[in-house]
Amino acid sequence: MPVDCLNTLRGAWTCREGLLDPQGPVSATEVSILVDASAIMLAIVVPTILATCVFAWWFRASNARAKYRPKFTYSGRIELVVWSIPLMVILLLGGVSWIGSHQLDPATPLESAIAPLEIEVVSLDWKWLFLYPDQGIASVNRLVVPAGTPIHFKLTSASVLSSFFVPQLGSMIYTMNGMTTQLNLLADGPGEFRGLSSHFNGDGFYGMHFILSAVSPAQFAAWVAQTREAGPVLDAAAYRILSRQSLDVAPFTYRAAQAGLFRDIVLQTLPPGPGPASTRLAGLSPHRGGDDAGR
Amino acid sequence: MPAVDAFWGKLSWAAIPIDSPLPIMASLVVAAAIVGVLAWVAIKGLFPYLWREWITSVDHKRVGVMYVVLALVMLLRGFADAVMMRTQQAMAFNAPGYLPPAHYDQIFSSHGTIMIFFVAMPFVIGLMNFVVPLQIGARDVAFPTLNSVSFWLTATGALLVNISLFVGEFARTGWIVYPPLSELAYSPGVGVDYYLWSLQIAGVGTLLTGVNFVTTILKSRAPGMDLMRMPMFCWTALASSLLIVAAFPVLTATLAMLILDRYLGFHFFTNEAGGNVMMFMNLIWAWGHPEVYILILPAFGIFSEVIATFSSKGLFGYRSMVVATMAICVLSFSVWLHHFFTMGAGANVNAVFGILSTIIAVPTGVKVFNWLFTIYGGRVRYTVPVLWSIGFMITFVIGGMTGVLLALPPVDFVLHNSLFLVAHFHNVIIGGVVFGLFAGYTYWFPKAFGFRLHEGLGKAAFWFWTAGFYLAFMPLYVLGFLGMTRRMQQYDVPAWHPWLIAAAAGAALIAVGVGFQVAQLYYSIRHRESLRDASGDPWNGRTLEWSTSSPPPSYNFAVPPAVTALDAFWADKQAALAHATEPPTPDYVALELPRNSATGVTCAFFASLMGFALIWHIWWLAALGVVGAFVTFVIFAWRDHAEVELSADEVARRDLPDRAARLRATAPRLVS
Repeated sequence: MPVDCLNTLRGAWTCREGLLDPQGPVSATEVSILVDASAIMLAIVVPTILATCVFAWWFRASNARAKYRPKFTYSGRIELVVWSIPLMVILLLGGVSWIGSHQLDPATPLESAIAPLEIEVVSLDWKWLFLYPDQGIASVNRLVVPAGTPIHFKLTSASVLSSFFVPQLGSMIYTMNGMTTQLNLLADGPGEFRGLSSHFNGDGFYGMHFILSAVSPAQFAAWVAQTREAGPVLDAAAYRILSRQSLDVAPFTYRAAQAGLFRDIVLQTLPPGPGPASTRLAGLSPHRGGDDAGR
Repeated sequence: MPAVDAFWGKLSWAAIPIDSPLPIMASLVVAAAIVGVLAWVAIKGLFPYLWREWITSVDHKRVGVMYVVLALVMLLRGFADAVMMRTQQAMAFNAPGYLPPAHYDQIFSSHGTIMIFFVAMPFVIGLMNFVVPLQIGARDVAFPTLNSVSFWLTATGALLVNISLFVGEFARTGWIVYPPLSELAYSPGVGVDYYLWSLQIAGVGTLLTGVNFVTTILKSRAPGMDLMRMPMFCWTALASSLLIVAAFPVLTATLAMLILDRYLGFHFFTNEAGGNVMMFMNLIWAWGHPEVYILILPAFGIFSEVIATFSSKGLFGYRSMVVATMAICVLSFSVWLHHFFTMGAGANVNAVFGILSTIIAVPTGVKVFNWLFTIYGGRVRYTVPVLWSIGFMITFVIGGMTGVLLALPPVDFVLHNSLFLVAHFHNVIIGGVVFGLFAGYTYWFPKAFGFRLHEGLGKAAFWFWTAGFYLAFMPLYVLGFLGMTRRMQQYDVPAWHPWLIAAAAGAALIAVGVGFQVAQLYYSIRHRESLRDASGDPWNGRTLEWSTSSPPPSYNFAVPPAVTALDAFWADKQAALAHATEPPTPDYVALELPRNSATGVTCAFFASLMGFALIWHIWWLAALGVVGAFVTFVIFAWRDHAEVELSADEVARRDLPDRAARLRATAPRLVS
């Protein structure tokens, strides 16, 4: 668990992070494809490296026992083998590619008896906004989901390109202003997973990460109820303030979010984030800690 | 936003980054170096010589050498950026490090831009310039003055990137300036403009080079040199030039659209008013993926020459190699979408482009096996170029494997933009392109200057570079698995920290390697008499460039060589051995040489003014630059005498001593 690693120096070597510790069916399948494809190719790559070393050493000019064959520059049989080996590997991997692309298409719903939870994701400069349309709440830089329940994400960007990625759960997906992308993920069990923007998006990029907390369905219901109790309301005015550039924003929640906010952002009814001009004209530098983030 | 002055545009004293000591220090060092070199030139009275023999030269060999010098100088700059990034990331665990984001972001952007456009490209093009006309038995390239213009425009681009260090800033967007981050709304500074105009100006130079080399290779070959008798390096240079001609206009058009967005309020890629960033992705990578093959194919050509020569054997499977080269050339245009599998294209689209991308591994794999069988049955002499080649074969197959992994969409979904990706493309670009360029540099150096580079220092450089490469980049593969994404100025994940320290140590080893290369060049120049090669053929070469003296005369060959076989020079040597005869003295005829021209450097001077003025919105100066460059061309077009004639007697007078010296030096080999 990443949380345990945060506090111990020894953890740096022992704790498992990212793809080495998949926590959902999507990441598990992707990692298994990665491992299988590597194994298939290593079966060719390792002998090739060894052959390079052996040939180069044996046929060194000072080795009198090596037979010098200056005319050996063509052999139909070797050519056939030389073309067939990579071709067959690629035929095999092509199949993996085709099947894997369809099976793991981010927009394809996951098979599950449980109805998926809908979450709308907006990347802002430089924080993540998570809207829960069915619950009517919103959260910044912390994503709470029920474990074992498929999550269906709809994503967009308020400004520049970013990419939503929780390594332990699998597939990343880009967020783009004026466009919607989709992603389906599932966390097998409870846990805290690191999430980040995997696409560079400006000076505040390094701080654009979040925690995904997978909790039991009961805890999730409790969290929703608790969130509805307190905190600011996310309406168009609050969103405009939130969309200004700010750095290292500490997680917080909105007790209510205006319905259709995501759609308004995608359709640009709410204009794209203003970039550095807004802060510069107001004589401000982007705020650390997000104190102007609408709380 | 600073006010725009009618005379100075956006330029003001605020453009000099007084408050950040690092760029100021760096600029002072650069300025001191430039002043030092200029002073040395002035004191030694070398300026007339440099002007006459180099700056205005249209000789492809001189132009080639100048390209390589530019690449080596810029390599030092790009490498300094790399060292800064590696030390920053080694320090920035739960700490801000020493580079604030605004500075760090410029450094990784300029590192990528410089290494691709102003190191790898000029190095590749420089070697093509020097070698291709010699290998095909030509007197020069098809359009010699155009060639000089190409070089000087590339140098202009490099100059503008370096000016950004001191005046203003460089792009903070990454080396591919993805909109909308690169649009005016999100990058209001001049950084992106520096990027755009440097690349536009250098890009024109590159495109002209492509045109020049396609023409040269197709139209200027010596009698008897059929396409299927061309050395492998010429085939790869042809493929690379074809790719330049096809791909660089796409880059120019894409950047022009971004320029229109930024300067005239167009909306090609903006968020608002119907702009579409996906169009930028598709266009830029339609250039970007062929670009990596523009770089790697000539490197493959160099390895083919080096491995064959030092194995004392012909290249195994020459026809296969030609087919593989041209297959890569064509396929490289059908894979661009693999740069954005994670942008939500459907499963069918991803699968098709994933499969097409993996297919490129087939001709590439064939090449590796053919080099392997070239070594088989050979007599391998372990010179420095061979070390680079074998280091390449081992390193490159690893990079190829990780490339195929990234080409599988489901794998890319978790590794895209990660340090695994960074490790992969450095694995193929350092382990492929850079190793190839170093092999070529060492291999052809004696041809260019008449003396070899010191072997021991070259070998030390090789071992430090290789060890440093593995130590610097293998940890990056691990970091990709650990979920670390690229371009992080600081981070708070303990598991990443030790690997980043290891990577920084790797960069230090590479720095030692670079130090040995500088020492090698210095030592070899100082001791050039003991490293002198009088034969013109120091490696017992196979191709025509080794049949003339080192350095070759301005006309390359006193009489055009008659080609009867693949590996033409080797065939001639074998024939001479068989008959134990010296080749007969040729019948000299008069020949024409292109005249030197200041068109290139003048044009670049005006292009530099124009570029700088456009970046800073100094419109009168931009107009002056455009008019000046145009007038330069008109004056060039008006000239009456494009060539100077050397009489047959003059050719004989120059060539006979060269010839005698070469025969004396090669006689022992002919006798033995």
